[in-house]
Amino acid sequence: MNNPRFLALILLASALAAKADSQSPPQQSPATPAAAGSKQVKLCDNKTTVQVPNDTPKTRAEGQKISDALMAQWKASNPNSSWVQGEVEAHQVVVPADNSKLVGTGQSATYGTVTQQDVQVWKNETYKTAVYGSKVFHSGDELGSEIAVSCDMCHPRASNTHPESYPKFQPQLGRVALLRDMINWCIEHPVRGKVLAPDDPKMRALEAYILAQRKGVPLDYGKR
Amino acid sequence: MNDNVKIPHIKSVETRHLEEREALFRGLHNLDRRSFLKVSTGAAAAAIAAGAANHFHSFLPVNVAYAAGESAATPGFTFAYISDSHLYVKKTNERFVRQLLRAVDDVNRLDPQPDFVLYGGDLAQLGRKEELDLGAQILKSLKAPVHMMVGEHDWYFDMGHRWNELFGAQTYSFDHKGVHFVVLMSVQEKDFWSARGMSPAERMHTVAGLDNAVQSAFEVGAPQREWLKKDLEKVSTSTPVIVFSHSPLYKLYRPWNFWTDDAEDVQALLQRFDRVTVLHGHTHQVLTNRIGNIQFHGMLSTAWPWPYAPQGLPALTVQMNRPNPFDPNDGLGDGSVAVHPDGLVDKLYNLWNRNPMQVKASYLSSGGKSDVPVAPTLASY
Repeated sequence: MNNPRFLALILLASALAAKADSQSPPQQSPATPAAAGSKQVKLCDNKTTVQVPNDTPKTRAEGQKISDALMAQWKASNPNSSWVQGEVEAHQVVVPADNSKLVGTGQSATYGTVTQQDVQVWKNETYKTAVYGSKVFHSGDELGSEIAVSCDMCHPRASNTHPESYPKFQPQLGRVALLRDMINWCIEHPVRGKVLAPDDPKMRALEAYILAQRKGVPLDYGKR
Repeated sequence: MNDNVKIPHIKSVETRHLEEREALFRGLHNLDRRSFLKVSTGAAAAAIAAGAANHFHSFLPVNVAYAAGESAATPGFTFAYISDSHLYVKKTNERFVRQLLRAVDDVNRLDPQPDFVLYGGDLAQLGRKEELDLGAQILKSLKAPVHMMVGEHDWYFDMGHRWNELFGAQTYSFDHKGVHFVVLMSVQEKDFWSARGMSPAERMHTVAGLDNAVQSAFEVGAPQREWLKKDLEKVSTSTPVIVFSHSPLYKLYRPWNFWTDDAEDVQALLQRFDRVTVLHGHTHQVLTNRIGNIQFHGMLSTAWPWPYAPQGLPALTVQMNRPNPFDPNDGLGDGSVAVHPDGLVDKLYNLWNRNPMQVKASYLSSGGKSDVPVAPTLASY
């Protein structure tokens, strides 16, 4: 990845999303009475807090200290928050299409013109799905393999997975196969894991990763 | 039905296939020219009689002769190889264990027996003591003597400690019937783990991922190149040299470490010899190259096949078939190497459940003009 800002954004977005998933129903944080002579500052996760003495000077440096303390606390309680960064560094997932030329153009819809933020959100969310796919693809544990085998052992960087050739008649199966049928076949046989439902988040992510790695290859369904 | 009708004896496709395969292997093991030609003409006559003019999958050995009267550097001999078994302990994964056992059976069945067996590296998957011990135990049932080479999967858990205890030094040389053999440790990586605070298991896991970009490039390294220089000093240029390295000793595709970073420096040390062959593991496929006087051959894996790299494939490589995922042993195998009296080698890839592929020295020496191996119908994507 040569775009650190893009990465940092994804990193934060995914970390917060992961947090949101695991959170129990919105809890009214018990109004912890602020210690006398100090006030409580809360992070945007609605959970992490620090106590700031009332007599703290109102300077930028002191403000930065508060923000650093909050983030340090959050990072300590979310040790896997950088999984996207780690995955991208190890496995170089292909980045999705760049839609930035749409910024400023209208789409005759409620929200008017496309903004830089729209484009960034589309890209981040799409990329994150593919990166999660890479994580599953490279991990026997994520795939539920009983024999410690993962997809990358035969398909480094998803090579020889040829998603562009599906659907196609698979003589060995005696019927037309979609990409997900072959993914499931591989999970069941060489990987010896449990097959995934078509809408399982892992299946969706695996498809996203495999398609991402073949970006730019023309579709040619039915190709042997 | 009239019982008197004589049914002509017709051999099935399978029978003919097996007979030809058998004939080829018999021929390869008796390398003197006369018996080779006998096998080849006999099989050719049979094939022609059967009308097999367009017989693509035929095993007929074609064009065997090499220049008569050439001074013999060696009496000629064969050795076998097994490589890249990637063993887990049996409890975790029995399939890879069974596949190594199959290769051991293949080699033990060779008649006559090869002079020795090269093990091409990556005996273990995650470099654990239990994995290496299991591999060592299985290899003990080989009848022929074994020469071991180390791979990155054997090394990066304990930095070679257990491997060295079991098999001795990872860099060494020996002479056999007039040929000088060198075994290198070509999978040295610059330290990427300390700065990241990785545990030995994390380091091993990173190296074990072929497409993991966190690891460094493979290299032979300066100390070992110095050793090689000294080792080769006493060898005359007319002596055939055969080098074993786990990674290919050239630069093919960096993202998968189908690559040796100081390949040019190692090649430079080998250029003064008349006949040099390099045999490497790691790539799990039929792979052929020639750089100057050096001929390169890959080895098959017993665990799983790799796809061909998307870039950098040497022009001389005739790809093996695209492995069929529905056949768990497809694209796998073992093989043998026939060393000619002149010191160059014919490399046999014994692909399980497929026709074997032979890549001859004459194919490489002629720059790909003669004895071209038959290309499969379905190549890599």
